[in-house]
Amino acid sequence: MTATASPARTTPAAPAAAGSALARRLARLPMDVWFEPLIIVVLGVGYLLWYRSATLTPTEQASLGWDNLQTTILEHVKLTLVATVIVVALAIPLGILLTRPALRRLEPIAVNIANIGQAAPAVGLLVLFTFWLGTGFRTAVVGLVVYAVLPILQNTIVGLRQVDRRTIEAARGIGFSALRTLVQVELPLAVPVILNGVRTALVILVGTATLSTFIGATSLGTLITTGVTLFLPKLLVSGAILVALLALIIDWLGRLVELAATPRGLS
Amino acid sequence: MAPAETTPERHVTGADIVLDSVVKRYRGQRTPAVARLDLAIAAGDIAAFVGPSGCGKTTTLKMINRLIEPTEGRILIGGRDVTKEDPDTLRQGIGYVIQSGGLFPHWSVAKNIGAIPRVLGWDRKRIAERTEYLLDLVGLDPREFAHRLPKDMSGGQQQRVGVARALAADPPVLLMDEPFGAVDPITRIRLQDSLLAIQQELGKTIVIVTHDFEEATKLGDKVLILSAGGHVEQYATPEQILTDPATPFVEEFVGSGAKLAYLTVSRVRDVSTQPVTTARVGEPTGEVLARAEAAGHTWVVVVDEHDRPRSWPTLAEVRSKPEISDYLDRRLPVVARSSTLNDALDAMLATSQGAALVTDGRGAVTGSLSIEAVTEVIRAKLAESRGEQENLSYETYVPGTDPTPTPVVAADEPGTAAAESAEPESAEPGSAQAS
Repeated sequence: MTATASPARTTPAAPAAAGSALARRLARLPMDVWFEPLIIVVLGVGYLLWYRSATLTPTEQASLGWDNLQTTILEHVKLTLVATVIVVALAIPLGILLTRPALRRLEPIAVNIANIGQAAPAVGLLVLFTFWLGTGFRTAVVGLVVYAVLPILQNTIVGLRQVDRRTIEAARGIGFSALRTLVQVELPLAVPVILNGVRTALVILVGTATLSTFIGATSLGTLITTGVTLFLPKLLVSGAILVALLALIIDWLGRLVELAATPRGLS
Repeated sequence: MAPAETTPERHVTGADIVLDSVVKRYRGQRTPAVARLDLAIAAGDIAAFVGPSGCGKTTTLKMINRLIEPTEGRILIGGRDVTKEDPDTLRQGIGYVIQSGGLFPHWSVAKNIGAIPRVLGWDRKRIAERTEYLLDLVGLDPREFAHRLPKDMSGGQQQRVGVARALAADPPVLLMDEPFGAVDPITRIRLQDSLLAIQQELGKTIVIVTHDFEEATKLGDKVLILSAGGHVEQYATPEQILTDPATPFVEEFVGSGAKLAYLTVSRVRDVSTQPVTTARVGEPTGEVLARAEAAGHTWVVVVDEHDRPRSWPTLAEVRSKPEISDYLDRRLPVVARSSTLNDALDAMLATSQGAALVTDGRGAVTGSLSIEAVTEVIRAKLAESRGEQENLSYETYVPGTDPTPTPVVAADEPGTAAAESAEPESAEPGSAQAS
């Protein structure tokens, strides 16, 4: 929060410089920021052209017809976003707590537990949860959350740890309280690393959400499994391409957020 | 020679600091990091803590603002026992500067300086005014630097901002932890001079930790020499330490540099400087030449609108242009009145010049100092110290009374005949001294 606000608050003071600074910033944009959308557009347009010209059998129509396809995509996005929001809300505060002096000792234990969540095969994890929570959307979300905690937790801890000790000491030394130091100094300086973890988690979640079809939650995985079981290559390929597109788009949006939220003094 | 003596009317805004049997013991360590330290620092003084690494100088400094909590003892600032106060509030009232300033990299200079005033709830206008005043005080142009980010400044400039930030809430006490450790020697001298000028103007109490004895003698009104375990070896003025080291430890710590250490305790302002003819940029050449010739000078100093020197052309060079040019001589040797003679000599040697320009606290030129004036001081000092020793010369020496062999000072590269023969020789001087 503070990170996004601080560069914005300093620029208006030099409005003349702001315009040219923005131009210079755009010119210095890293390659992936414009290269990724290029691939997205090529892939998206290619799929769209195929989709509009394809003749579908009634069985295919049932899944690939626009109304159904739309619902499937939205369901997939919903699953991903809900899981992400929960993971962020859990992992970032947990990461912050685990870097405070009082709880630092617990850090290896917590990271190891999160590690098990990630190391366990995602399908197995999801299926195991159905024994406990039954099938459906809720179970899928829980499974995904467990699976994606690690990257965000890990990056929050690493991000906070890489902040220069001397900067933190200076903050405490001039009279910032521990909380103020965390909010105004440590977190803004850790934002790029933390957001990188969030982006990784998002991409993992988009991919893993396809597996939730096995436990009765609708997602783009449904297209793939139907495609495989009924041998309908159009469904199979559509599912795969759409998941890839979704992952790329989310990754790119995450990158933009990361870029915007990184304090000017750090790039 | 201490700044306090030269200006008795100086306005002191600092508070005195008293350490009353302060002890710091870390868990699991047998010997305390600081064992029972008593110390009194007068208001408006600069106290320099110096000593080998691990002597507890930084620990002691950090106990004053309680970044490190003392295990035992009391610390009083202006008579108040600060060990009972809320540490955050306490620190808001004490300036703190660390190496390379410790600036927040994601904040502009102005935002860095305003950090504590914002915490204290000052209004925007007051913070802006204070920021401008402080940047000016530390020698940075507010218009140019207020909106810069730390990464876009040199180490010396960052250090200046660090000092400005520490002074933001006008604290009576300033703590500096090896502040000039990360800058090049020339910049370090400038920063030291600038700190002395600021101190002269504000009269704060400053505690500075350094590992550089020369820096300690230059900056400190009093120097505290510590040995392992925070043991006080000597706490005295630089002159006292140099002329009368209290313990063998101090003697060794001060080292052989003490022979010329007089240069590090004598200031430029203690030596007579020559007046100079100044000329403003844009002045007609004729007037300047007339003025210089009337004063009998063979060169002039070109200054900007703040009387800061830009170049020092000879009269012949002045004649080459119809009016005084704004040429900036980047190799101009400039020293402050508070600089030590050692700094002055350094500046002259670094720029291969036979003289240096002397400036006051704001950088305005006040005169020039020639290398002859400096060597004269050295010669006088050497004559003085030689007088204390036995007065032996070629004429008075009785042949055959001194068995000392010819000392070999410089050896050639290893492997040459000269080096090999010098090897056994090097053990000799020690035994000769012992006899």
